[in-house]
Amino acid sequence: MTGLEVRGLSKRFGGLVVSENIDFDLKPGDRKALIGPNGAGKSTFANLVTGILAPSGGEIRLDGRDISRMGEAHRVKLGIAKTFQITTLFPRLTVRDNIRMPILEREGRGYRLLRRADGEAGIEAEVQSLIDQFELGDLADKPVRDLAYGQQRLVEMALTLALKPRILILDEPAAGVPSSETSLITRAIERLPQDLAVLIIEHDMDLVFRVARKIVVLVQGRILTEGTPSEIAANAQVRELYLGGGHD
Amino acid sequence: MRFLPLVFVALAAAAFFVFPYDLAFLTRILIMIVLVLSVDLILGYAGVPTLGQAAMYGAGAYAAGLFAIHVWADPVAGLIIGGLAGAALAFVSGLIVMRTHGLTAIMLTIAVAQICLEIANRARDITGGAEGLRGIRMEPVLGLFAFDFIGQTGYWYALIVVCVVFAALAVIGRAPFGMSLRGIHESRDRMLAIGAPVYWRLVLAYTLGGAVAGIGGALAAQITQLVSLETLSFTLSAEALIMLILGGTGRLYGAVIGTVLFMTVHHLAAANDPFNWLFVIGGMVLAMVFFLPSGLISLGHALKGGRK
Repeated sequence: MTGLEVRGLSKRFGGLVVSENIDFDLKPGDRKALIGPNGAGKSTFANLVTGILAPSGGEIRLDGRDISRMGEAHRVKLGIAKTFQITTLFPRLTVRDNIRMPILEREGRGYRLLRRADGEAGIEAEVQSLIDQFELGDLADKPVRDLAYGQQRLVEMALTLALKPRILILDEPAAGVPSSETSLITRAIERLPQDLAVLIIEHDMDLVFRVARKIVVLVQGRILTEGTPSEIAANAQVRELYLGGGHD
Repeated sequence: MRFLPLVFVALAAAAFFVFPYDLAFLTRILIMIVLVLSVDLILGYAGVPTLGQAAMYGAGAYAAGLFAIHVWADPVAGLIIGGLAGAALAFVSGLIVMRTHGLTAIMLTIAVAQICLEIANRARDITGGAEGLRGIRMEPVLGLFAFDFIGQTGYWYALIVVCVVFAALAVIGRAPFGMSLRGIHESRDRMLAIGAPVYWRLVLAYTLGGAVAGIGGALAAQITQLVSLETLSFTLSAEALIMLILGGTGRLYGAVIGTVLFMTVHHLAAANDPFNWLFVIGGMVLAMVFFLPSGLISLGHALKGGRK
């Protein structure tokens, strides 16, 4: 099958089990959200899928191919990309330079010593189209550290999308973004390419319910339930365990 | 900024005529600039601190010296040999150093230079040991320009090498490889997340830096006709780093300005007060770190009240 298949995935840190027997599918066009209380193992799951962490057990397959033991760089080449919980950009480089970097890597230009990095018309056009897609035109030549946090999140999404991933993992895309700027993030997610498989890990329930078509609830490293937003909203167990716990 | 390289070359040419009796000292500055530029590639571009760049400089110096004595005394061929020696040593040691970060990496760079120093010291039959490697007699540059004892040929030769190295590093800095080094400097995690082979990029950067340092060492061997153990010393590595930080990292100009400033102050202070000149150097470094932490190249910005 195409897409991401996770079967029986486990991760232990010493005696601490942070992921236990997780089964999970993500197909092209999916918009899934992964929610759960703090410490449920959401980020660990994302790191297992991207290859930052090695699993203790179970399997991760991409298009039927086992990638469980593959390194991070290799998985990126196969099309798995992720944004970080805390914005991770090149702060002193401009928006344009930030977005160009993954394209140069994707196209295997990284060892070129003589031609200018910004000297290829095809690559520059692609950079520009991403800048336009995320409405970053006015900021394109500013260093990203001078941007508002919400805008930096957009740059990070543009940068990640520049890898032309097939699986995109957004780790808390709205974390730290002031509520006045959350709509920017929501809109950007809504505009992602239709055939892209997207997994969103998020605390902001408004955002989750706006963009996700399926929601997976993770509690203490296990999947509690999976369903459509309305099913999850109606699920008594979820309400008690998670949504009821101080969520307004 | 576009004209700055031309200004430097013009100043360097002017210095030749204004200080005709200080050519040996001016040439030492030029040679040192090559070494400091190599540190800028590693620290300024890629963000990897090193206190062992003298290892590659010394390797280049000994390789060029031995090559001139035993094989061929052509200066340009000697520069290439020196560069290759520096690159080879940097590549091999880089395979280990780049597996580590921060303090561990710094300690390893120091260790590599110390090992090279000890090898050069022990291999007296080849290197001359503490006596230094003597008997280097260079042929004319390109078969045309013989080295003279006043050092005129040496000065122009060194200046041309500085210009070539500077231009090459400027080109690399703007190329995808240079950008990827800046990316690693800014965020290693982000580079890994976009699938960049960070380790190999750093090994290559270190190797290129080693080549440049080796060329600097070769230049020193050819012009001074002597290679001493000092070329491998910790002091040299540390001074190269200080010069770069004084000038400012990551933009090449800083390496030039910092080296000229450090060596000139050193020269004048040591001439005026042979016993206390280190105070002057120390005071200058302290003042710089406090008032201009991004180095002299940020002076303009600091005066305007801007960010670094």
